[in-house]
Amino acid sequence: MTRAVLQALAAHWRRNPLQFFTFLAGLALATALWSGVQAINAEARASYDAAAATLGEGRFDQLVPRAGDSFPQDTYVTLRRAGWQVSPVVEGSLRTDTGRVRIVGLDPLTTPGALSPVGGARDIDLNSFLTVGVLFADAATADRLAGLPQEVVRDPSVAPDTALTDVGVAQRLLDRQGRLSRLIVAPDQPLGLPPLDEVAPGLTRVAAQSGSDVGQLTGSFHLNLTAFGLLSFAVGIFIVHGTIGLVFEQRRGMVRTLRTLGVPLRRLIVLMTVELLLLSLLAGGIGVVLGYFVAALLLPDVAATLEGLYGAQVSGGLQLRPVWWLSGLAIAVLGAGMAGAGSLWRIARMPILASARPRAWAMAAGRGRWLQGGAAVLLLAVAAGIALADAGLIATFALLGCLLIGGALALPLILGAVLALGQSRAKGVIGGWFWADTRQQLPGLSLALMALLLAMAANLGVSTMVSSFRLTFIDFLDQRLFADTYVRGIDSERMAGIQAFLQERGATVLPLLRVDSRLAGVPAELMGARIGPAYEDNWVFVDARPDAWAQVAAGEAVIVNEQLARRAGLWLDDRLDLGGGLRLPVAGVYGDYGNPLGQAVISEARFAGVFPDETPRQFGVLGLDPEDLRSVLGDAFDLPPGSVVDQSSVKAFSLAVFERTFTVTAALNVLTLAVAGFAILMSLLTLSAIRLPQLAPVWAMGLTRGTLARVELIRALVLAALTALLALPLGLALAWVLLAMVNVQAFGWRLPMYLFPLDYARLGLLTLLAAALAALWPALRMARTPVSQLLRVFANER
Amino acid sequence: MLLQVSGVTKSFAGAEGPVPVLSGVDLSLDLGQTMSLQGESGSGKSTLLHIVGGLDTVDGGQVLFDGRDVAALDEAGRAALRRSDVAVIFQQFNLIPSLDVSDNIRFQARLAGREDAAQVARLIETLGLGDHRHKYPEQLSGGQQQRVAIARALAARPRLILADEPTGNLDETTAAEVLDQMLALVGDTGAALMVVTHSPAVAARMDRQLHLRAGKLA
Repeated sequence: MTRAVLQALAAHWRRNPLQFFTFLAGLALATALWSGVQAINAEARASYDAAAATLGEGRFDQLVPRAGDSFPQDTYVTLRRAGWQVSPVVEGSLRTDTGRVRIVGLDPLTTPGALSPVGGARDIDLNSFLTVGVLFADAATADRLAGLPQEVVRDPSVAPDTALTDVGVAQRLLDRQGRLSRLIVAPDQPLGLPPLDEVAPGLTRVAAQSGSDVGQLTGSFHLNLTAFGLLSFAVGIFIVHGTIGLVFEQRRGMVRTLRTLGVPLRRLIVLMTVELLLLSLLAGGIGVVLGYFVAALLLPDVAATLEGLYGAQVSGGLQLRPVWWLSGLAIAVLGAGMAGAGSLWRIARMPILASARPRAWAMAAGRGRWLQGGAAVLLLAVAAGIALADAGLIATFALLGCLLIGGALALPLILGAVLALGQSRAKGVIGGWFWADTRQQLPGLSLALMALLLAMAANLGVSTMVSSFRLTFIDFLDQRLFADTYVRGIDSERMAGIQAFLQERGATVLPLLRVDSRLAGVPAELMGARIGPAYEDNWVFVDARPDAWAQVAAGEAVIVNEQLARRAGLWLDDRLDLGGGLRLPVAGVYGDYGNPLGQAVISEARFAGVFPDETPRQFGVLGLDPEDLRSVLGDAFDLPPGSVVDQSSVKAFSLAVFERTFTVTAALNVLTLAVAGFAILMSLLTLSAIRLPQLAPVWAMGLTRGTLARVELIRALVLAALTALLALPLGLALAWVLLAMVNVQAFGWRLPMYLFPLDYARLGLLTLLAAALAALWPALRMARTPVSQLLRVFANER
Repeated sequence: MLLQVSGVTKSFAGAEGPVPVLSGVDLSLDLGQTMSLQGESGSGKSTLLHIVGGLDTVDGGQVLFDGRDVAALDEAGRAALRRSDVAVIFQQFNLIPSLDVSDNIRFQARLAGREDAAQVARLIETLGLGDHRHKYPEQLSGGQQQRVAIARALAARPRLILADEPTGNLDETTAAEVLDQMLALVGDTGAALMVVTHSPAVAARMDRQLHLRAGKLA
């Protein structure tokens, strides 16, 4: 009996190959985008974990300098002599022909646990590690270090763009002899240790964390990606839901017959569930394979984004990790289950003699519209409540979910009302029929239209956010890059000489002193600047005291960037500990878009007081032509051309980084819109199969097939246009949430919102084009429907 | 003569080549006349009705409607003929599900540009549809739906009405009522009526009775 029932179930798919394709394609596309995003996230997290494991971040307590980015090696010796079980680390970046590589120097004799790559199964002996110098790096990084005199061992477990070596070798490579970056504290320490403040007052102890700094910083970015993946998945599931609903309704007659013939209802439900499970595994498998390609395509851009926004290094290669392909299969089964549960429930409750009504699914959708309206109002109200409460990042994503789902649920009701209005105002007979017939088609098309609304709103909202960000960023670059030329990357002796040389020629020189530090407990950079009219005229504050610049210039206050202010909960007049006993009130908060780190600026004199050994690493020059400057400095100080950069080049580079940062967002936007276009195509094709009995009488009364095809095309365009109009307010609301809430919580800055009417018009036209293309095939099918097929509708013996 | 059919042939593609359905049919029908067309299933009576109504085309022969050769018309021409001169009443009713009773009845008349509100009201009244004018087809019984289909056909004031088993889906009592109403109303308009039927009782009510057997008039 089971075999016979399965044959009967499979026969439906054989008779309706288009439905079979729609189901598989819809679910596979949904799974592809979801598992693609999961693959990217898994790869990035693996890279963070590798970095944390390599560098000891998060696993052990560490001693770091209270100010600055290094301390004398003698401090380490003092601590060891006092009994502290600590291990030295030197880190810094080494410039290669193809960018920078992070060099991490460890001491294999004192490093706790499995941090050191030496020993174990590896063939490198301790002697050569300590004497000759050996570096460990992954294959890609090893290739970039091929020019070094040291041997480079390929080790896939080392984090991307990072090389491990002995602490002494690292000091030589980084030109940091006698300096250390931090100390790793072994978990087991002897009793009776002298307090750290006594032995090494310049160091502070940072407790081990559950995750690395970079993992925490990038969490919001991955949450963003996951949300996008989930949105794409939801769009795909709309296709599957529509198809499953239709398939089950069309099978009602068969179900009734099978039950009449003695198949128990329970057996039937079980077999239909098994069928759904097998099909969803098949579609999920296809989706996971597609997802792999999506991820492989997007990963390089994601890696660039993460480096640009957070300074996080992520491998550009993709590995097959069970976590994402299993989650892909699971979500395919879950999605199909969600889409099919309602239909299975209806079959289970259907009386054995219930009549088979092929259009009952559409009618049922119409009956539930008030329930749907109530849910929409509730969700939108919840979204408004969360917005007013201004809660955390997770709550803000819940807000986005409520907003989008509420908007999508409200769509059919609003469209129904508009179409009813159109019908009441229609003049001609075909116009009246058009509006009435479109209203009747609405339940069958509403899922696809909801998918289109979601895709459009997401597109509109994200593009508004990115474009607003771009405008703000360009404005910000104009403010911040006010010097004509920047000189950087030179040793301290020459820097001092260059400054004097330029000042003699009447140029305004603005040195920038900088140390990496931790301010108010968060990673940050402390800057010392020569405050003057250039700063006062160009920098724009988010919030500041009226005499902020004067206070900073006098060494009486500090200004901080928005990220640091929000992360550390600082605002005007709060006092910030800057290290070295310096504690100043905050006089201003400035926008610092695109910088992953917190930042604080004090006067040059104050900075020199706290860090007397620090010399400027770069300075801006005003009043001299960049080309002349490059040539003069090149001749006088033997500077490489890359050390003197004009303002426009810096801006162009920064903008290029910015554009690449949002490539992945743009790609996901396009993919989601493409899935929505596919949803419309499949819905129209599915509907066209059951439309013939409705259109044949109109044809019989004197409308040509060509006219009917044109009407079908216009219908799709009208519905897409109405959906696009409704997507506008929803997309703008989404943009506002992204700019005013998500950005603040995820990146630490709030951006102003700009409107881009031309972009919206272009997106609207693109949507109409997509709808027209999607409707073209069903319309052509209508125009070419053989007369015999239309007549079959009227055949008495059909 | 309103309708003149001469030597009409028609065949459909079958698994083993063309299957002839009509093999040289001749008939004529004038305004005010009624005619029944009977025959076994597959004898070609519905096909002939479709050809006469401009729904289908001939393989050979001629169909003259008011002197115009229907076979020579292109799709737009045949659509114009169906809009203005012919109305078809189907066994399955084939109402437009998205329009209510009133709009369904007015639909073809408006397509033909001959809407007459008074006549529509009269038809609704005569056919007992007054209480149902704002209902949708799915809310009506079979008999009510067929009355709407008849009203729709008559409201357009066509010169030729074609009915394909108009009472085939109705019970005996309802069928008799509907047939009475249809014949009375057609008589009032002076249109020609051709009815395809299996029912001898229905055929007996027509002026002329024709039988199709294996694609030919017997």
